[in-house]
Amino acid sequence: MQLRVALPKGRLLASTATLLEKAGWALEDYREKARLDRLKSKTLNVLQAKMFQEKDIPIQVAIGNYDLGICGLDWITEQTVKFPSSAVVILKFLGYGEGALYAATRPESIEGDELVTQGDSVRLAGEYPNLAESLAQKLRLRRFSIYPLWGSADAYPPENAEIVMLSCRNEAEIASLGLRSLGKIVDFRACLIVNKESLRIKDMSALLSSINSQLAQAATGAPETYFDIKRITQRVVRKSLPDDCQVRLALPDGHQQAHVRRILDAVGVKIEDYPSVTGNRRPHSSLDGFFIKVIRPQDMPLQVANGNFDLAITGRDWLTNHLYQFPQSPVRELLDLKYGKVRIVAVVANEVPVSTSSELQQLRQSQQASCRIATEYVNIADNYARLNHLGAYRIVPTWGATEAFLPEDADVLIENTETGSTIARHNLKIIETLFESTACVIGGMREADSKLKVERMASFVSLLRKAMETMT
Amino acid sequence: MQIERCKGCNDLTAEEMLRFRSVEAAFQETFKSYGYSEVRTPTLEYLYLFTSAGTLTPGMLRRVYSFLDWDGWSGERVVLKPDATIPVARFYTDRLSQREQPARLSYVTNIFIFEETGTKARERWQCGAELIGAGSSMADAELVGLACDSIKKMGLNNIEIKLSHAGLIREILSSLGLNHNEQDGIFDRILDGETDVLNKLQAEKPQTIEALKLLLGTRGKSSSFLKNMRALFAANIPQVQDALEDFIATIELVETMGLNYQIDFTSGKGFEYYTGFIFHLFVEDENVGGGGRYDHLVGMMGGQPTPAAGFALYIDKLATKINIDSLYIPVAQRVSLSIEAGAMKEGVEVAGLLRKAGWIVSLALQGKPAVNCGWQVEVRQSVPQLTVLNCGSGESRVCENPIEILTIVGCG
Repeated sequence: MQLRVALPKGRLLASTATLLEKAGWALEDYREKARLDRLKSKTLNVLQAKMFQEKDIPIQVAIGNYDLGICGLDWITEQTVKFPSSAVVILKFLGYGEGALYAATRPESIEGDELVTQGDSVRLAGEYPNLAESLAQKLRLRRFSIYPLWGSADAYPPENAEIVMLSCRNEAEIASLGLRSLGKIVDFRACLIVNKESLRIKDMSALLSSINSQLAQAATGAPETYFDIKRITQRVVRKSLPDDCQVRLALPDGHQQAHVRRILDAVGVKIEDYPSVTGNRRPHSSLDGFFIKVIRPQDMPLQVANGNFDLAITGRDWLTNHLYQFPQSPVRELLDLKYGKVRIVAVVANEVPVSTSSELQQLRQSQQASCRIATEYVNIADNYARLNHLGAYRIVPTWGATEAFLPEDADVLIENTETGSTIARHNLKIIETLFESTACVIGGMREADSKLKVERMASFVSLLRKAMETMT
Repeated sequence: MQIERCKGCNDLTAEEMLRFRSVEAAFQETFKSYGYSEVRTPTLEYLYLFTSAGTLTPGMLRRVYSFLDWDGWSGERVVLKPDATIPVARFYTDRLSQREQPARLSYVTNIFIFEETGTKARERWQCGAELIGAGSSMADAELVGLACDSIKKMGLNNIEIKLSHAGLIREILSSLGLNHNEQDGIFDRILDGETDVLNKLQAEKPQTIEALKLLLGTRGKSSSFLKNMRALFAANIPQVQDALEDFIATIELVETMGLNYQIDFTSGKGFEYYTGFIFHLFVEDENVGGGGRYDHLVGMMGGQPTPAAGFALYIDKLATKINIDSLYIPVAQRVSLSIEAGAMKEGVEVAGLLRKAGWIVSLALQGKPAVNCGWQVEVRQSVPQLTVLNCGSGESRVCENPIEILTIVGCG
């Protein structure tokens, strides 16, 4: 009998590696930037371990792909607060994990116990949409919107959200971001979790006692803080906007920055501190009447759709993913920027005897188990499964390194690829190219926009079109 | 591959549907006789309708089915309706508040509440009534009467009513310095048996806690119980005076109506949107419905402050209790009709005649007579064109014309 364990990359990796080393697991190559995600133990034959993004781990344990997992209490709570009958059970608190998830707002948004909003709705943004919904319920908000984010939550207040959910070490760190804490939602304590069914039927005693023997007595209690939040009530104060002709432009953070900078440079648009070494999210530019913010490209279509931004530079992959979820969304592609070209593909393991999606459909008809589709693009994957009549299927959301999910943790991937070499290296094959994606300018069409604003938006798009011509 | 139904969701068999429709029909007939008009609210509502204080309890909110709609890019979530009253209050505020009051509205609807094990129903059916725009004890009594008459119409006569008063409980808890949210939490904890909650509060306001303990620990059987309470505590806790008077007035009306009731303050659990009188209905010791006064809800939906009260009956529970023997159609009333290919015109004529006369006619298909029929009628091209077989006696007769068939099967 094999025991499958999901181990975290990132913030909990070093402490987890130390714990497991002391517990005698002798895992080969469990470290940052390890060559392989699959880990072998020199001492425990029954052990099959694999590294995941921490966020993936509660999902992998819940769906039964893994018997045990180690991850932060925040991601576990994000799952269990929405799905109380989830198969994930917390076995132990491991005594490490620094910081907490906080709710925060801008100091000027809070007056006494009142949260001041311009509109009727309180906007909550963050990487934890289920906890955000629970927070809104606990605060008994009369009306609220939740913006799930891939990251950069601190950039949103006050213009684009009243409350953000932030991962910070302490309240001082929140203050250093120019925000004020409303309280702690949950501690980032590392937990050992188990799949409920595995706990019932599998003998995991050797692994459990090896970990348990390393835990200090004080570390094993339940330290969680859930929703220790200041009680606030909402007060709507309607102010006329300072400049309703201003165009709100979202520029991408991460690796796209250099491309965007080159395009802007080509037409003489001066932009200060972008890319920023200090993490400045509001760079100034020579574009008259523009307000610029730097956020994640994955979050841009939704942020343009909900009216937080007028224009944004993102990828067609993320726009398509958004439009599959919200076909009536007002967001449209305005200009193809032609860089960052990738193909969005359906992928299976080499040993699966199919070479096209229709062959996959035929194969699925003879199979009992639900088809597991792992992807960062959950709506594109959902659409793919429906159009190809894959029968019973489940989408397994992932946060990167999706190739490592095949073959044991998923049956199909919907993934992006530049050359296909990573896919081939993982012993996988492409069975369909769904579409090609490049960077693009997107915009939201609103009748209420002023003439000057529409002109400014159009002239920005023309300017970038000119840049494209200059550069080619 | 076996396709399963969703966890916690039920199929209803033909018999169960007969029971369901019977409960529904009894309710519909009764509410019409009380002057109520049926309305329907959508299955999907915005989540925020249910989240502000004074709407759903936190315990209920944790169990709603919320998700993003196709146009959910605004970030606002929707829910499968978890409660029937709040949407009706929204509907009233949106569409009916300018009309003549009071509005007497009734509904039959499904609601959705998550239940962890999946062994109990997550989709539940309710029929209910809301009386919006009237705030008297007479209005409360009308609703209790309508609820009880509906259940009696279903053939269930042993109804027990448990009565409580949210306003009275709130006033007592408020005199302890607890705000609205704290009141809900503390009261539910007290009812869950956490007696240390009361003990902690006792040190500061001993007389108030004494009153609360006596109210929760005693089951009153007449308005005299409340009058005794008034004599004992109204002087020390003056803010309960109005609520007590209101409750006594309603109880006296219920008494006059000859209904079997008990004053039981512990039945007020989960009383978040209720502001006054609360009642629960029991048949064979099972809670089959309940309701109460919610004078703040319409105001919270953005309307003018409007007194209102209502109740819901739980169809799923009532349906298991009713007797439906009289609803089965006897086999003698069912005809299997076999039509030869070339005699379709004549066959359709025979079927029409029988159905018009109240018989159930099912066609014999693929050479097999329809099941559970007392009669088999054959229509042929050649002579004899029409024959009738009595399935019980085995006697077969030839008919000259379709009217003669009616005579034979007993209605001519």
